[in-house]
Amino acid sequence: MIEIENVSKVYKMGDSEVHALRDVQLHVPAGAFVAIVGPSGSGKSTLMNIIGCLDTPSSGSYRLDGQLVSNMRDDALATVRNRKIGFVFQTFNLLPRQTALENVSLPLLYAGVSRRERREQSLAALKRVELTDRALHKPAELSGGQRQRVAIARALVNRPSILLADEPTGNLDQKVGREIIALFERLNRDEGVTLILVTHDRDLAQMAPRRVEIIDGQIVSDLTS
Amino acid sequence: MEWLELTRASADSIRANKLRSGLTTLGVVIGVASVILLVSIGEGMRNYLADIFAGMGSNLLFVSSGKRDTRGAGKGLSTVRKITLEDAQALRQRSLNVVAVAPIVMGGGTVEHGSLSRESLVMGVDENMPLVRTLPLGSGRFISAEDEDGKRRVAVIGRKVARELFGERSVLGLPIKIADARFRIIGIMAPKGQSLGYDFDEMVYIPVSCALDLFNLEGLTSVWIKAGNQTNLQPAIDDVRRILKNRHNNREDFTVVSQADLLETVNQITATMTLVLLGIASISLLVGGIGIMNIMLVSVRERTREIGVRKALGARRRDILLQFLIESVMVSLMGGLVGLALGSLIALGVHAAVPDIPVKITPWSLFVAFGFSMAVGVFFGVAPAQKAAALDPIESLRYE
Ligand SMILES: Nc1ncnc2c1ncn2[C@@H]1O[C@H](COP(=O)(O)OP(=O)(O)OP(=O)(O)O)[C@@H](O)[C@H]1O
Ligand SMILES: [Mg+2]
Repeated sequence: MIEIENVSKVYKMGDSEVHALRDVQLHVPAGAFVAIVGPSGSGKSTLMNIIGCLDTPSSGSYRLDGQLVSNMRDDALATVRNRKIGFVFQTFNLLPRQTALENVSLPLLYAGVSRRERREQSLAALKRVELTDRALHKPAELSGGQRQRVAIARALVNRPSILLADEPTGNLDQKVGREIIALFERLNRDEGVTLILVTHDRDLAQMAPRRVEIIDGQIVSDLTS
Repeated sequence: MEWLELTRASADSIRANKLRSGLTTLGVVIGVASVILLVSIGEGMRNYLADIFAGMGSNLLFVSSGKRDTRGAGKGLSTVRKITLEDAQALRQRSLNVVAVAPIVMGGGTVEHGSLSRESLVMGVDENMPLVRTLPLGSGRFISAEDEDGKRRVAVIGRKVARELFGERSVLGLPIKIADARFRIIGIMAPKGQSLGYDFDEMVYIPVSCALDLFNLEGLTSVWIKAGNQTNLQPAIDDVRRILKNRHNNREDFTVVSQADLLETVNQITATMTLVLLGIASISLLVGGIGIMNIMLVSVRERTREIGVRKALGARRRDILLQFLIESVMVSLMGGLVGLALGSLIALGVHAAVPDIPVKITPWSLFVAFGFSMAVGVFFGVAPAQKAAALDPIESLRYE
C-alpha cells in the first residue's frame, strides 16, 4: 500500500528552483497496476524514485505499508528498498564485470542470503525471464532485450511486493517491449505484485487498468478503466 | 554482506586494473622491503655481536695510547707517551683488581717459507695472552715467558697460514720468515674463525719484544686486561687509570675501554642505522599510502554508477565502506608481500656480496610485512571508502 500525501520535490540550482513535483497526492493499493504518463521533464522519474525509496521528498509524507518512509535515514531506506521494492531502470544499470547470475543475486547478497540460496533463487529468477542459458554471460555479451530481462530478474529475485519500472522498454524495439510488458502483466496478475510503470507509449499505458498523468510536476488526471 | 563476497568484489576490481594496482603498490613494496631489510640486518647484527661477545669474557678491558672517546675521534694531545711493556708490567704487579695483563703489538708483514709467501697479521704477545682470551692451540706450544724474556725468534701460526705455506705436512720446528726476519715455528692454533674483525686463522703470533723490534715501535698497540670481578669492572678501570697516570707524568694520555663500552658503541651504530632505515621505511610507506588513497579516490569516482546500483539494490553504508576498504587493504597487502620477497632477496644479496654484513631473516618479518601493509591499507583506505559509502544513490545512478 503506497500513500503519498502532498509530496513536493524542489531542486535548488543556484538561485533558481526547479519544482519537479508539486503537492502530489497518490494512493496505490497492493496488487494494483498503474501506468504513469506525461511529457518529458514532467517529474515522472522523480516520483518513481520517491516511491522506490531512492529519493526523499522535500515536503509531504510517504507511507509504505503504513510505515513512514519519507523521513527515514539512508541505511533504513536501503533496507526497505532491498526487502520491498524491485526497480527496473530504463538504462538497465547492470554491473558490467559481473555475470547475469551475479547481477541478479546482488539484492540477495545485501539481504544476507547464503551462497547456495542465492544461487538457487537467482537461477529461478533467470528462469522466469527465460534466460537460464545466459546465466554466465556478462552484460556486454547480451542483447538489449536480454539485458533488460536480467534487470527484471534482479528486480524480482527478492520477491518484492512492489515492482517499479521507469520506461523499461524505452531502449528496446516494440516487439521486445511488448514481451516485457506482458511479463510484467503476468507477474501482476498471477503473483499479486504491485506494478507501477512509467512510459511514453500511449498504447502501452492503455494496458494498465489505471493511468496517472503528470504535467509539470502535478497530477492532472488519474483514470481507472 | 559476507566477507568472501566482499573480498571477491575487491579482487575483481583489482584484477580489472592490474597495471594501475601494481604501480600503486610500489610505495608499499619499497616501504615493506626496507622494513624487512632493517629487521634482518639489525637482527643479524645482534646475533653476530652476541656470538662475538659470548666468545670473550665480559670482564675485558682494552688500553691504548692517546686520549679519545669511545667513538674513536682523537683529541690530539701534543706529546703522547706510548704505553710500554713496563707499563703493562706495572699494571700486572700493582693492581689487585686485575687478574691478567697481556701486552699486544699489532703489525702486518709478509710471511714466507721457501717460495711461498702471503701477507699476514702479526701479533706480538706474551705468555699472558691465553689468560685473557681463550685461544685454543692445535699442536705444539704457545709463546712462553722464556720466549719473551729471551726475545726468542719463535712463532705460533694460524691454521690458514700453515695450510697455505706448508700444505698438510707437520710444521713444528720448521723455519718461517716474518717481515724478512727468520723465526721458528713452535705451535699451530686450532681453527678459530673471525672475531672482532680479525680472522684469527690468518694470524701469526710472536713474542711481543720481538714484534717491537721487528716493526721498530716505541710502544705497545694496546694492552688487554682481564678484571678480577665479572660484574663490576670499575675498580679495575680505576686501578688502570691511577697506575698509568702515575707513570705518565699525571697525564691521562691513554684510553681505557671496556667491553661494555665497545658494545655500547656498536649499539649506537646499529641504532643509527636502524633510524635511517626506519626513516626510509616510513617515508615510503607514507608515499605508498598516499598513492593508495589517490588510486582509491579515482576508483570511487570511476565506479560511482556501480555504487549507485549497489545502493539502489539495498547496499548499506557499511557494505560499500567494507568493499572499498578491503580493496585498499588487498592492494596494500599485495605490496607488502612483494616487499617482503624483495626485502629478503636484497638482504640475502647484500650478505652474498659483503659477507661481513650479517643478515638474519626472521619469521616475524612476515608479521611485520603484513602488519605494516595492513595498517597502511586501512589508514589510507578509510577516507576514500567513506566517500564511497556516503554517496547518494540517485546522484550516483545519474553520474555519467
Ligand atoms: N538532480 C536534479 N537537479 C536539478 N533538477 C533536476 C534533477 N533531477 C530532475 N530535475 C528536474 O526535475 C524535473 C523532472 O525531472 P524528471 O527526471 O522527473 O522528469 P521525467 O518526467 O522523468 O522526464 P523524462 O520523461 O524525460 O524521463 C526536470 O525539469 C529536471 O530537469
Ligand atoms: Mg524519467
